[in-house]
Amino acid sequence: MRAPLLDVSDLHVWFDLGGRGEVHAVRGIDFSVDEGERFGLVGESGCGKTTAILALMGLLPPNASVAGQVLLAGENVLARGEDSAAPHRWSEIAMVFQGAMNAFNPVRTIGEQIVEPMELHDVAEGRVAVLRARELLEVVGIPADRAARYPHEFSGGMRQRAAIAMALACNPKILLADEPTTALDVMVQAQILELLTALANDFGLALVLVTHDLPVVAQVCERAAVMYAGVIAELGPVDELYHDPRHPYTRLLFAATPDLYGDDEVVSIPGAPPRLDREPIGCPFAPRCDRAFAPCPTVTPRMLEVGTHHLAACHLNERVVEAVS
Amino acid sequence: MIAETSSSGTPLLEVEDLVVRYPVARGLVGTLQRRPKLQVHAVEGVSFTLRRGEMLALVGESGCGKTTTAQTVLRMLEPDRGTIRYRGQDISRLSSRRLRPLRRQIQIIYQDPYESLDPRFRVRSAVEEPLVIHRLGSREERRKEVAEALRLAGLDPPDLYLERYPHELSGGQRQRVAIAASLVLHPDVLVADEPVSMLDVSVRAGVLGILSELRAQGLGILMITHDLSTAARFADRIAVMYLGRIVEEGPAQHVVNNPQHPYTRALLSVVPKRDPRERTTPQILRGETPNPVRVPQGCRFHPRCPWMIEDCKSVDPALRRPAAATSPDHRAACIRV
Repeated sequence: MRAPLLDVSDLHVWFDLGGRGEVHAVRGIDFSVDEGERFGLVGESGCGKTTAILALMGLLPPNASVAGQVLLAGENVLARGEDSAAPHRWSEIAMVFQGAMNAFNPVRTIGEQIVEPMELHDVAEGRVAVLRARELLEVVGIPADRAARYPHEFSGGMRQRAAIAMALACNPKILLADEPTTALDVMVQAQILELLTALANDFGLALVLVTHDLPVVAQVCERAAVMYAGVIAELGPVDELYHDPRHPYTRLLFAATPDLYGDDEVVSIPGAPPRLDREPIGCPFAPRCDRAFAPCPTVTPRMLEVGTHHLAACHLNERVVEAVS
Repeated sequence: MIAETSSSGTPLLEVEDLVVRYPVARGLVGTLQRRPKLQVHAVEGVSFTLRRGEMLALVGESGCGKTTTAQTVLRMLEPDRGTIRYRGQDISRLSSRRLRPLRRQIQIIYQDPYESLDPRFRVRSAVEEPLVIHRLGSREERRKEVAEALRLAGLDPPDLYLERYPHELSGGQRQRVAIAASLVLHPDVLVADEPVSMLDVSVRAGVLGILSELRAQGLGILMITHDLSTAARFADRIAVMYLGRIVEEGPAQHVVNNPQHPYTRALLSVVPKRDPRERTTPQILRGETPNPVRVPQGCRFHPRCPWMIEDCKSVDPALRRPAAATSPDHRAACIRV
């Protein structure tokens, strides 16, 4: 088997709060993504999903410290800080930031702004770069002649397409998209999701879709990791996450999500996630879990293989495994 | 705590043929060049009723006029045409002085509880403020009202929350405080403008459950939302808006399971489902929602409609009962259904 395109193991991120302690925002996560794969990273606000992908990009703020391993094309991008992250950023791994569509420079044309990263990273320059920018716009579904237009002349959906084109400027193999459709209407959301899926299918681009929206992941991704309080609660094929969840948080999160045709009661999860300025003891979800039992409040659950490419960190599975063996 | 209606037959709200337009600024140059005065046709002939114990969801994409409709009902905006009746009384042209007692009856919950609550106010003061403004009750009575409103909003026991500041509360709790602050005046109509879209998924159902409970107690709730799944699961009726018009309206389950208007069909088809096996082919409409400054002739949806026929370019369809409707209250504005 070939090595995956992106291989993350035991990734940790701490934020130093300057005298007010530190927050352990990502507490040891493992996942990998293959070429052309569509992988989802789902979780609610504060679960560490955005922090995790910023770490992959080497774009964490100065008060953050990182540990673990992020293998990209066989090299650990975390090994030597900026020196090992910079060569990969944008050319191997690129990101569409949350709200990117509102972050264009208003006084420069869209085309100029797509050319800029190419020249910065010596991918192309001058006329070649301009031509490539026009090509990229076509790829994301914008007529090439719009390259000469300014951001305010674009609708929200068009600016999001342009933001994706910009991320693709240096020909990356992996695209990290942070809540790429959150502020968009459903019809425009469908267009953007269709585009992201097509980029993975047609160009072999690996997509990491970061979102709080489970149905979006269910429809777009093949595999997903459900994050909670800085760790991955469950990781597996999206079909199994929905039909055979092996972590109560996954099950309850689906149950809290209204579905157009669902007839089950929509129920919220009582309580709130733990604070991460002190290490949670035991399973972080235990206080909100409807299936918590003896070991949960004190013993941190291990990540167990519960199926083919399906992992979950829950003591309930431990019992099943013991019973079988 | 909800007042009994004198005549349960009269709807709480009756909106008839509402029209709201905004002028588009031409700028100095535009004025000097005598460019034509343009208008945003935000709401173009919207009619609906809201009864006691009913939740009506106004759904649609941004720019469809759903928020403008709600703000006009609240008389935060002046209608250009049409009437708004509250319990049979026309309030669309009441002076602000005569409107004031009615403002207690129709309350709004905003989208963002991080912005709608003053960070310097404790929960107690935030919920009590409307009573103070309307000069209602003694100090002791207000204290009781505040506690009761918090309880109704699911912040129980109230003592746990009274002295807290917004920053000490989660998003869901903040939204409940905002709900309590609107309930303290004993309204009978609540307008909820995207009440859960800023909240985490795991707590949304709780806040929507509170609204459901209030509806069961007799309040009328007008919910503005872009989220069809939420509307389908919590509202009694759904009105789908497109470019300032209601294009389809009816009991929620009928609109969702038996959509008639091609726009509703397209909209429903692009809503992501929870079940990965239900990967239906979304019927994606190309282009963006058209500009409400230049509303198309005939049916306003015809330029994007997959079912368009020649007549659609000239006939502006009215809401009527479609042939395939499964409920007598189901209406759609399309000449082909």
